[in-house]
Amino acid sequence: MPDWDAKPPADRDVYGTQVTQAETVDARLQAEIIDEQAEEGAKPLGLWSDTWRRLKRNKLALIGLAIIIVFITIGTVEEVAFIVGHPLTPYPPDEVNYALSPQGLGSPPSLKHPFGTDYLGRDVLSRVLEATRIAMLVGIIAVAIALTMGLILGPISGYYGGAVDSVIMRIADIFFAFPYILFVLLIMSVLGPGFQNVFIAIGILGWATFARIVRGQILSVKSMEFVEAARAQGASDLRIIFRHVLPNSMAPVYVAVAMAIGGAIATEAALSYLGIGVQPPTPSWGLMIADAVNYLTGGNWWYLFFPSLALVLTVFGFISFGNGLRDATDPKLKE
Amino acid sequence: MAERLLEVKDLSTQFFTHAGIVKAVNGVSFTLDRNETIGIVGESGSGKTVAALSLKRLLPARPGQVVEGSLMLGARNLRTISDDEMRGVRGNDIAMIFQDPMTSLNPVMKIGKQIAEAITLHQDKSKREAWKMAIDLLARVGIPDAPKRVDQYPFEFSGGMRQRAMIAMAISCNPDILIADEPTTALDVTIQAQIIDVVREMQAQFNSGVILITHDLGVIAEIADKVMVMYGGRTVEYGPVDEIFYNAHHPYTWGLLASLPRLDASEKERLTPIKGQPPNLITLPAGCPFTVRCPYRRDECRDNWPELEIVAAEHGVHCWVPVDERQGLRVELPHFKEPVA
Repeated sequence: MPDWDAKPPADRDVYGTQVTQAETVDARLQAEIIDEQAEEGAKPLGLWSDTWRRLKRNKLALIGLAIIIVFITIGTVEEVAFIVGHPLTPYPPDEVNYALSPQGLGSPPSLKHPFGTDYLGRDVLSRVLEATRIAMLVGIIAVAIALTMGLILGPISGYYGGAVDSVIMRIADIFFAFPYILFVLLIMSVLGPGFQNVFIAIGILGWATFARIVRGQILSVKSMEFVEAARAQGASDLRIIFRHVLPNSMAPVYVAVAMAIGGAIATEAALSYLGIGVQPPTPSWGLMIADAVNYLTGGNWWYLFFPSLALVLTVFGFISFGNGLRDATDPKLKE
Repeated sequence: MAERLLEVKDLSTQFFTHAGIVKAVNGVSFTLDRNETIGIVGESGSGKTVAALSLKRLLPARPGQVVEGSLMLGARNLRTISDDEMRGVRGNDIAMIFQDPMTSLNPVMKIGKQIAEAITLHQDKSKREAWKMAIDLLARVGIPDAPKRVDQYPFEFSGGMRQRAMIAMAISCNPDILIADEPTTALDVTIQAQIIDVVREMQAQFNSGVILITHDLGVIAEIADKVMVMYGGRTVEYGPVDEIFYNAHHPYTWGLLASLPRLDASEKERLTPIKGQPPNLITLPAGCPFTVRCPYRRDECRDNWPELEIVAAEHGVHCWVPVDERQGLRVELPHFKEPVA
């Protein structure tokens, strides 16, 4: 029978192995941890690198991302050029040149005008590029307005619950209950046509989507223990909402943002097509498509084709990237 | 005489629900001195955690309410101070360690930032100073390579390390009182002992009073100075830790002690559970809540709550069984035939 009560000598550990004074249990624990990390190699994956790793496998999402990057780059470059006052388009987008429009039907794509010219002899490529700037501005600013409203009202609704929640969510329900395009038309007819009003109309209609998503997330996050722990530390409600709860609720919001930008761009095109969005002579994909429809029977397909292609590509890019992002951030799909 | 930190008198907390009033805590009193550790034991639903949350006004606001009693933190009554003052008390005067370290840290915030946030909430420190303090605190609770670890996220920490980080956060403002709500329940046994050591060391360094909530009598024996045994929202017995382990007077305390697994039992011997179910807190009897499960119950038990009976120094019990009879009953219990080692 071993003597269980006997204490091991000071220079031996519980297994009887000789240890130096410094090599305490803690020191060995530390060594183990460091070894573990060395074996794993690089830093463990964070949320974004993990998402990116999964997104990379989704071809469609990558194509979407590439399209988004191309169009946003064009939009940004054009915007900077616009602010500086030197349009970066091959020709001034509004320059009328009747020589290029024999019989008032424009001229087909050529080396000098790769997208052709329209019935006023304006260069279609220049107009598509300029319209890209408008589309990106509308998409991003309108969604930013909607997102800001949603990120304020959604957390308040979800965190406080009760009457506040009911009031905010019932208003959101009203916004959802109206047919979307009719509601936009209504607001546009109140505000009057114009480029800035498109932001506002799409922005104030979009908040309900974000508020709902955020509220749902907050409801599930706010009952988690770390929120109680933050409260036990003496954190105020605002701090808890915006530092602890909201950052843990954002994944579905990013997805919704990607989708919403695509939607906002399509809505702008629709409004401009109907004549109450962006006003001529400012080019917009919707306006250009509306113009082109009148000339379609003349066989000049290029006015219709290029703006439509740009619109379709952009919306497709945002939606497919949004879809891919949803799959990549959905914990249920993790392998 | 040690400095009195906290005096709780006749605390009653109830939840007003659709099914009825849940009487979670019924007239609980205890005191806590500086450097003292009080263990609150009892099974699930006995009101341990609710009693602690009542102190910090952390109960879910609508249904949960402290309906009676005084909670004196020094000269301040925690029941009457404003919500703003209460926020100052939380973290600064009374800090808390939670049961599950896996879920009590914000997953998207760096460990250091979470600790620094707790510091800047209550102390006039710059972010840089708070960050330095966070590194120092992590080192103190025994996290190796603290300067690197402070920059990591909770998912990069193991359970034991997260609990250490929680402790670092709790002690960051040098609180008078540290509430540890089952701090070891979610950890594996080898880590439990380390965490208990950390709590004890931190208590010694910061001279805090500790309220340890647990159903693990082993932890209590290890760290507590005095013990309060709760059942059905009432304190059935309290006393110094040795008194509770070797001279228990309440049948429920006997049951708890008897249900402990023993190393010296033969392999075939089964654990001794307390028969029956915990009481429904909506329909508690006016008398002793343990009545239905008590093997020694008598006629007066169900309808009358027994007065406090002081059986030894600082050792009180609420029980209708006469004291001389209790001595005899206790000796018959398996655990008291020989002293618990």
